[in-house]
Amino acid sequence: MTVRGVRWLLWAPLILFLIFLILFASGLIRPSSHDIPSQMIGKPVPAFSLPEGAPGHAALSDAVFRKGQPRILNVFASWCVPCAAEAPQLLQLAQAGVPIDAIAIRDRPEDVAGFLSKWGDPYGAIGSDVDSSVQIAMGSAGVPESFVIDGKGIVRHQHIGEIRPEDVPAILAAVRNAK
Amino acid sequence: MRRAALALLLLTATPAYADSLLPSAALADTQLPDPRQEAEATKLMETLRCLVCQGQSIADSNAEMAGDMRALVRRKIAAGEKPGDIRAWLVARYGKWVSYDPPLDGVTWPLWAMPVLLIAAGVVIARGSFRRRRG
Repeated sequence: MTVRGVRWLLWAPLILFLIFLILFASGLIRPSSHDIPSQMIGKPVPAFSLPEGAPGHAALSDAVFRKGQPRILNVFASWCVPCAAEAPQLLQLAQAGVPIDAIAIRDRPEDVAGFLSKWGDPYGAIGSDVDSSVQIAMGSAGVPESFVIDGKGIVRHQHIGEIRPEDVPAILAAVRNAK
Repeated sequence: MRRAALALLLLTATPAYADSLLPSAALADTQLPDPRQEAEATKLMETLRCLVCQGQSIADSNAEMAGDMRALVRRKIAAGEKPGDIRAWLVARYGKWVSYDPPLDGVTWPLWAMPVLLIAAGVVIARGSFRRRRG
């Protein structure tokens, strides 16, 4: 190797170090998001039929999402703490006239009934998904999650995590856009 | 006394796991009766990423959702679906992220090209140093 080549190589560790420094710094400044977005946006709701998830509520199948009106599909569970935190916002959306149906993940009807009497009941139909199969078919990676589905059964919007008060306008806009 | 009370409190404390009260799904931890199908399912499960733990395959994870995904994989294998189709079904829902077996495409080509490039670089360096020793 020429002397010039060797001299250039001497800088390589420092350059490598700087590259790593930038990598770590960017990771610290902007922590990576652990949200896994569903790839079902723009695709039709998968066919499913779930038994009733709470007494007094209709069972849920995909047919209800093809009836011409945009709806929210809320993925929740009575054992999920953030699901209780988003309850007031769901009630607010229901009051604004948005029909909300739900899938209760790995839950028992009596537990769901207790959850609803405690935190309020914004739901139309509730389906019971005891083995998360419909949740997985929707590309949902956790609870709570909410999907906006248009009147033709096309998934238009996904909200990952609990719906906070500041998220409500964006969801209402997504519902309006789905009309 | 205080220390004993604290120890007692720690013993009775239940961590706030976000877990349901339901038992795991039917095929989450039960092998398929057909050993060949079970081997196929296991091989697939080892290359599917757990969605809630993110650093483990669904075969390794104790998370409830990983159990539900194992049950789903076994149900589909038992129904005669091909492992490749099941992977594609999951990728269509969660993106390539869910698979530990990245396909060769525009984003992942450096991953596949790297071993070849590194071996080539090794050959060049080795050749250089052998030549120097001889000289």
